[in-house]
Amino acid sequence: MNTLTATWDWLTDPAHWSGADGIWQRLLQHLVLTVVCLVVSCLIALPVAVVLGHLGKGGALAVNISNVGRAVPTFAVLVLLLLTPIGRWGEGPTVVALVLFAVPPLLTNAYVGMREVDRGTVQAARGMGMTGRQVMFHVELPLSSPMILNGMRIAAVQLVATATIAALAGGGGLGRIITAGFNLASTPQVVAGAVLVAVFALIVEGLFEVAERLAPAWARGAP
Amino acid sequence: MTAPPDDCLARNEWICGDYLSTRREILLDAVLQHLQLTSVSVLIGLALALPLAVPARRWGWAAGPVLAVTTILYTIPSLAMFSLLLPLYGLSATLVIAGLVLYSLTLLVRNILAGLRAVPEETRQAARGMGYGPVRLLLTVELPLALPAAMAGLRIATVSAVSLVTIGAIVGFGGLGNLIYSGMNTYFKAQVLTASVLCVVIAVAADLLLLGVQRLITPWTRART
Repeated sequence: MNTLTATWDWLTDPAHWSGADGIWQRLLQHLVLTVVCLVVSCLIALPVAVVLGHLGKGGALAVNISNVGRAVPTFAVLVLLLLTPIGRWGEGPTVVALVLFAVPPLLTNAYVGMREVDRGTVQAARGMGMTGRQVMFHVELPLSSPMILNGMRIAAVQLVATATIAALAGGGGLGRIITAGFNLASTPQVVAGAVLVAVFALIVEGLFEVAERLAPAWARGAP
Repeated sequence: MTAPPDDCLARNEWICGDYLSTRREILLDAVLQHLQLTSVSVLIGLALALPLAVPARRWGWAAGPVLAVTTILYTIPSLAMFSLLLPLYGLSATLVIAGLVLYSLTLLVRNILAGLRAVPEETRQAARGMGYGPVRLLLTVELPLALPAAMAGLRIATVSAVSLVTIGAIVGFGGLGNLIYSGMNTYFKAQVLTASVLCVVIAVAADLLLLGVQRLITPWTRART
């Protein structure tokens, strides 16, 4: 009970919200890192996955990349990047690591989504005189959008988590509140930071849940 | 005064044989701690996941809440999870294990449940017709048939746990993560790279080991079709 009240006191102290390492600033860093890296990862992964899926090539690669990604510890990659020349540009290691880990789920989901489009539908589109490019943009891409959206959801939640770990390796974001709390041996601050990060992650997950519900029926995978 | 030795340790190279030979003990200790944390947490996760998945299969209404709670736990970032458990366990290995158990729960419950659900209704009816009671049906028919899906979940959970243990470095119980963390603070390149590579090697080895176990305990999946 004592920890709970101490955490509440820490969170409600206005002094902890303002300033260069205040909660607002860390929240903003976390948000910017997540959004920028999600956009960059989508720009890298989606065109590759859509073209590979359309051509039906490189399937084993797209799926295996995702499995290999799981075995590599995020923290190790962050520290390795930090010790290379990339470590000299501020948030460089964080951004590179975030993108590196967000690309595999995006790639795999989009590829599988493209491949799962009903072959009969594709043949019907072909029979109606659509070119390969038209089939890709007007048939396969819309029909695979539920899987693509699901990949974006996985990537986004993972980006939030990775941005938190980045604080261990000197990156910004909400994780900094936790690491600073550990350095100060302040349990209330550690728990307060953890609550903020957890709420942030759950809000991101919730936003995607809402987006999936608001999407048109065909994009929800409805029959 | 003697000149400092001009070896790869002094030059702080990424790949350094002298590091391996001089720090063998430290590396071995870190690997052992890593293996211990991983295996204990995955085993506890498995022990908790089974009693959660079986009722969720039997009574439909239980599946929703069980899946929802484990999924929410999985959404919380790992560093935050360790930190949220801090008041309960303090700076201990138990803290890291508790966090990892909560992570493996989602993967294990989901996969065991999917495996149980995939058991064909005719198979269950045939077993019931042969006079199998619910417990015998579960133990001798449903669980064995759910094994391939459950093992797939166990493999993912184990590989993820190996890489998540490194975060435990923040409380001093991170196995190879400890070496990565201290290597970061001292810019010791050989230590960071060696520990990172060992992490990946452990993950791949654990995955292959579980794949072998899966083939041994599910011989019927390799039968001629």
